[in-house]
Amino acid sequence: MSLKDSIPVAGLCPQGQYGVQDSLRSGFTSAKNELLPSHPLELSEKNFQLNQDKMNFSTLRNIQGLHAPLKLQMEYRAARQIQRLPFLPSSNLALDTLRGSDESIGFEDILNDPAQSEMMGEPHMMVEYKLGLL
Amino acid sequence: MSTHAASSTSRKHKSLFTKMAMLTVSRPPLGGFSFENCKRNAVLEGEVNKVGCSLPTARKTGTTICGVVFKDGVVLGADTRATEGMVVADKNCSKIHYISPNIYCCGAGTAADTEMTTQIISSNLELHGLSTGRLPRVATANRMLKQMLFRYQGYIGAALVLGGVDCNGPHLYSIYPHGSTDKLPYVTMGSGSLAAMAVFEDRYKPDMEEEAAKQLVRDAIAAGIFNDLGSGSNIDLCVITKGKVDYIRPHDEANKKGIRTGDYKYKGGTTGVLTKVVTPLDLELVDESVQTMDTS
Repeated sequence: MSLKDSIPVAGLCPQGQYGVQDSLRSGFTSAKNELLPSHPLELSEKNFQLNQDKMNFSTLRNIQGLHAPLKLQMEYRAARQIQRLPFLPSSNLALDTLRGSDESIGFEDILNDPAQSEMMGEPHMMVEYKLGLL
Repeated sequence: MSTHAASSTSRKHKSLFTKMAMLTVSRPPLGGFSFENCKRNAVLEGEVNKVGCSLPTARKTGTTICGVVFKDGVVLGADTRATEGMVVADKNCSKIHYISPNIYCCGAGTAADTEMTTQIISSNLELHGLSTGRLPRVATANRMLKQMLFRYQGYIGAALVLGGVDCNGPHLYSIYPHGSTDKLPYVTMGSGSLAAMAVFEDRYKPDMEEEAAKQLVRDAIAAGIFNDLGSGSNIDLCVITKGKVDYIRPHDEANKKGIRTGDYKYKGGTTGVLTKVVTPLDLELVDESVQTMDTS
């Protein structure tokens, strides 16, 4: 294993409160799972959309000035809030149109379609989590 | 699901039993590649190697593919053998994939990867063409392919020869699995690429006629077929010119399967008949019923 594969990365740290593993929500854990990515592509794929957006905004800032990415990010924020209930799959149509990904097909549309996912969150818990009651 | 009258402790008990469902509370499921089984696969591979066997490998197209730019367009050529380790998996597979009416792509490497990659890019180009209203350019297909292959850092094993004719003339690109591309007048890829390149380096001339270009590509692929174990069977050609595509499959059957010279079937009358006894069986009709087929 190359050195690059074994460097522990922050992107995989536990997602519960105070950085402690949230066994109720994310199941059991092992230190090895959290520290090392299981595949060199895992991290880059997880953050791919984020990094693409950052790169596009930075290019836009260099070309058109600060106002352009600011305006766009406000629209993104508004579009991101148009969601169905937490346990139901959302189409994200407005967000896709803004990003331009409604005109392209990638592996995220073909493999592991979230609409066909066999796991479902428990509706009550998910809504409570979203409202902050939990 | 618990009723509203239940206490909060009983609901928490229930949630411990339904722990699998809890995994999706905090983040919505993403599409795309899932890396859940990578650690398990690594462990399995280690254990299997200890015993002495090996895990099954993906089907590859140990291949010879090549392309050449001639006066009016592009000629792409490919062999038709797909291998799975040391066994020929498909004696007549099609390695020249459709990308758009004026662009075709030959694929070497892992067969599934080349197939899926070319199909995805073909769909994307179609959507892009609907949005621009123009015939797609080869450079667009090239850029889409190289950006996707670079994103996956070479884990998608697809080595491609992309060729087509657009408003700027004929173009030919070679695309490597890690995402680098070359724009050249003649390219070869695959395990038989060295043999094919030898033929090209010897006989390529700029601005050839169509027949000369077809013969050159046929000879290059034949060199790959006869000198490389991973390539074989027939030679497919695809001639792309402005407004016309000629997909010739097969252009040449270089490896014909032999015809059996001997036959183990006996001719009628070989065995002499000594005696013949005929016994009629008396059967009485007991019951007759008609069952209609369900043809709906």
